Amino acid sequence: MAFMITAEQKPVEEIREMIAPFKRILVLGCASCVAECAAGGQKETAMMASALRMAARMEDMDVLIEEMTIDRQCVEEFVIRLDDVIGSYDAVLSLGCGAGVQAVADMYQEIPVIPALNTEFLGETKGQGLWVENCLGCGDCMLYYFGGVCPLARCSKQVLNGPCGGSVDGRCEVDSEVPCAWQLIIDRLTGFNALDRLENIYPPKQWSKKQGKGPRKIIREDQQK
Amino acid sequence: MVKKTGKRSKKDYQGGSTKVNNGSQLKRVLENGEFAVTAECGPPKGADPEIVRKKGELLRGNVDAVNVTDNQTAIVRMSSLAACALLKQAGLEPVLQMVVRDRNRIALQSDVLGASALGIRNLLCLSGDHQVFGNQPDAIGVFDLDSMQFLQVVKGMRDKGVILGNDALQTSPDLFIGAAANPFADPKEFRVVRLAKKIKAGADFIQTQCIYNLDRFEAWLSMARDRGLTEKVFILGGVTPLKTAGMAKYMKTRVSGMDIPDEIIRRMEGVPKEKQREEGISICVETITRLKELKGVNGVHIMAIEWEEAVKEIAERAGLLPRPVFGEG
Repeated sequence: MAFMITAEQKPVEEIREMIAPFKRILVLGCASCVAECAAGGQKETAMMASALRMAARMEDMDVLIEEMTIDRQCVEEFVIRLDDVIGSYDAVLSLGCGAGVQAVADMYQEIPVIPALNTEFLGETKGQGLWVENCLGCGDCMLYYFGGVCPLARCSKQVLNGPCGGSVDGRCEVDSEVPCAWQLIIDRLTGFNALDRLENIYPPKQWSKKQGKGPRKIIREDQQK
Repeated sequence: MVKKTGKRSKKDYQGGSTKVNNGSQLKRVLENGEFAVTAECGPPKGADPEIVRKKGELLRGNVDAVNVTDNQTAIVRMSSLAACALLKQAGLEPVLQMVVRDRNRIALQSDVLGASALGIRNLLCLSGDHQVFGNQPDAIGVFDLDSMQFLQVVKGMRDKGVILGNDALQTSPDLFIGAAANPFADPKEFRVVRLAKKIKAGADFIQTQCIYNLDRFEAWLSMARDRGLTEKVFILGGVTPLKTAGMAKYMKTRVSGMDIPDEIIRRMEGVPKEKQREEGISICVETITRLKELKGVNGVHIMAIEWEEAVKEIAERAGLLPRPVFGEG
């Protein structure tokens, strides 16, 4: 997968509070991004359903909890597969990302769709069990200017004309575990002999490309039938 | 005694080009080649104007201008703009500190106009301490502009009479524009490049991070001189008197971008606790004495944190009193 939405499971107490009013619950996994980051794939969905069943049994609650995983909760043609089963439940607990939760809710207006995950960020897989945010999805990529290191995603103060006065030994003042994005930028550009790019003052960011009029949309007529 | 402000000419309030006397006392002191003195006043964690006035009285006559910090260390305090207005009413010369952490470009530009309308004539444009350090760690960090862009916007407002996007103002703000520099942060070679960028963006004066390591400060200054930067901007060296050896150690290890040599810590530890404040003041006075000798240093910025009482003694012992008084030109 070229990119990935990362997510983490909410604390089980929070989930139990949200599902408490319901008697017939479908725990719905998503086999895409959230499976990749081990938060909401088939395996995690089975474990979540089983943990909730066990908790209900311990408290002698009469609740039906069943599970199912679809390929993508954010794509209508996959969500449609719920048509035949959705009538048996009074709530869906979705282990999809925020886009998945809303796509399912959009399709079934009468049924509450409850998020089981906290959607985090557009992530890079750094290694086993390690994901990092290097891209904000700002709608106006500036990586060329900064040697392939994004100061908006990786500098704690989103400084476009850095480094600030808190960069010490290549570390950020906010957390010594965080590499200073501006040290990385300077190192990269020095390597390319392109440090002079930083003599310019970069103008204020056009945030209208990230936060415009309502949710952002991509319309590609050439892709539409 | 600070000169009682007489009736201002109308042009003072109209701002506009730098050729017009902008009414900044700090600017007049620096342009007359005097070694300038500024100090810091932290607004209270409360709504009592008396606290601001009392701090102002401790500084009156001992400094040319008083910097008012803007929710420093990301702790909620009385607004810097309000505290500046109180000092201005009391006849003191404020330097409004504004950080880009809490306000987007609309609010920043609006407050710049408001500050000028209140008669505030000095503005220090800063990034601000990150919100995680303060008492509102869940706040969003705005950082819509960075400090460099903020400088550029303020300069455009003052000199061209336009806001970001080139809409014309009815009246330009009238401000002496300042920026911060930290000679002790990394990457070392790049610090001077960034200083040059700040000057290009619009800084008329610079106030530096606290200086304890004079050798390193001089190395930075000499790089700035080599690039001709000291000819283009007024530099005020920052100093902070240490209260205790513990404070020195805390600042060395916990405050990022702060360089306190071991020798300073040993000096503080070498005197009994009740004498440490005195020792801290002595170190501060010695630092200022050395700064006064350096070509390219035009003044000193005394940041006596919650210890405004110390400023008078420091200024006196460093031979900085009385402060000069200039007419409004």
